[in-house]
Amino acid sequence: MSKYIFLFTILFLNINSLYSKGKLIAAPGVSQIEGSAGGGLVPWSGVAGYATDNEYSANAFCSRAIVEDFALTSCGIQFSAYDQIELSYAKQLFRVHPLALDLEQNITGAKIKLTGDLIYSKWPMLSLGVQFKKLDDPTVPFALGAAKRSGTDFYIAASKLHLGALGGYNWLWNTTLRRTKANEMGLLGFGSGTKEAKWMAEISTAIILDPELALGIEFREKPDNLQLDESNWSDIFIAWFPNKNVSATLAYVDLGKIATIKGQTGWYMSFTGYW
Amino acid sequence: MVDENIYFNSYPIFLSSCATTKKETLYKRLGGKEGIEKITDNLIKNIGKDKEIFHYFAKTNISHFRRGLNLHLCDVSDGPCRYDGDSMVDIHTGMNINKSDFNHLVELLINAMEEANVNIRTQNQLLARLAPLREQVIHH
Repeated sequence: MSKYIFLFTILFLNINSLYSKGKLIAAPGVSQIEGSAGGGLVPWSGVAGYATDNEYSANAFCSRAIVEDFALTSCGIQFSAYDQIELSYAKQLFRVHPLALDLEQNITGAKIKLTGDLIYSKWPMLSLGVQFKKLDDPTVPFALGAAKRSGTDFYIAASKLHLGALGGYNWLWNTTLRRTKANEMGLLGFGSGTKEAKWMAEISTAIILDPELALGIEFREKPDNLQLDESNWSDIFIAWFPNKNVSATLAYVDLGKIATIKGQTGWYMSFTGYW
Repeated sequence: MVDENIYFNSYPIFLSSCATTKKETLYKRLGGKEGIEKITDNLIKNIGKDKEIFHYFAKTNISHFRRGLNLHLCDVSDGPCRYDGDSMVDIHTGMNINKSDFNHLVELLINAMEEANVNIRTQNQLLARLAPLREQVIHH
């Protein structure tokens, strides 16, 4: 954790003045748990940060989800150039309370914007993304039947903000299709004996109540390679953008059944700093 | 539309607000001629104080700009005006306005509407009418 605070400080002190903030407030969205710019659970098509045209941006985030028997902490950084390319890194720490066990995963991500603009283009903004994931210690996932300790997710994401579309309020939606073998996002390893990668659908939608305040819901479909009755995930969130330097997200999450333990609902909090 | 009216009519509490907004043009919700003039004047004042984009306007004839913007806002909001000025492309050719500057002008316009007490939903609706013009404004 002190590592991340150090990183925050370095970025804030040294790089603050080099970066511009050409996007409209809230347009970059927040940071999802695997480190990509997005909502909380779902990567969106938007490139991280406030950079446009010939600008750069660097962001850092920390998120924590606490449900009945598990807790996930995810912290990381994003770098983006020209509002075209995003690179991200996230470190996840997953606490399994019943076993007093910690599982750690590293995720390196990249996203490239193909076409469109979130607000101004007629068609949605489209992006392609990839997330390379690797577990520190796969012993427990292997014991549960996982085949691999690392895996790669590919996704295509589309999103659009419709000005004034919901009774005068702005309406945002994002749809992501992800090809993945990950069990519980990779925290329980990748694949199993015979299972191949599958396409999964992820959806987010939000109403922008105020330029600085978004209220939304998310849904993330997940495979069940380990045949542990793995659940789809969902959440309802509120995200606050007091300025272009920081955002805070609070969500109620329903993670369903994790490793056969039912009723994994709870709270999620996330902060992103934008430089 | 019809169904929605039936729905709202059965709930008298919504009746007054919806009965008026349904028929009103965006022009009227912006406060008509007076409201639009206020928005334009606020925007001119905001641009005048702005470090990032003032240079685009340094040689602008203010009264010509004021008249043109008033007409334009009146026209796009379904008011009783016809914009007869130069095309958006002609006006912005040679300025090479980038996306960042364009968004900054949007921010100044939002501030101008805030200062004119235009509510957020009406602000969004005006922005929705203006958004398609971006392609005619940037990178020329």
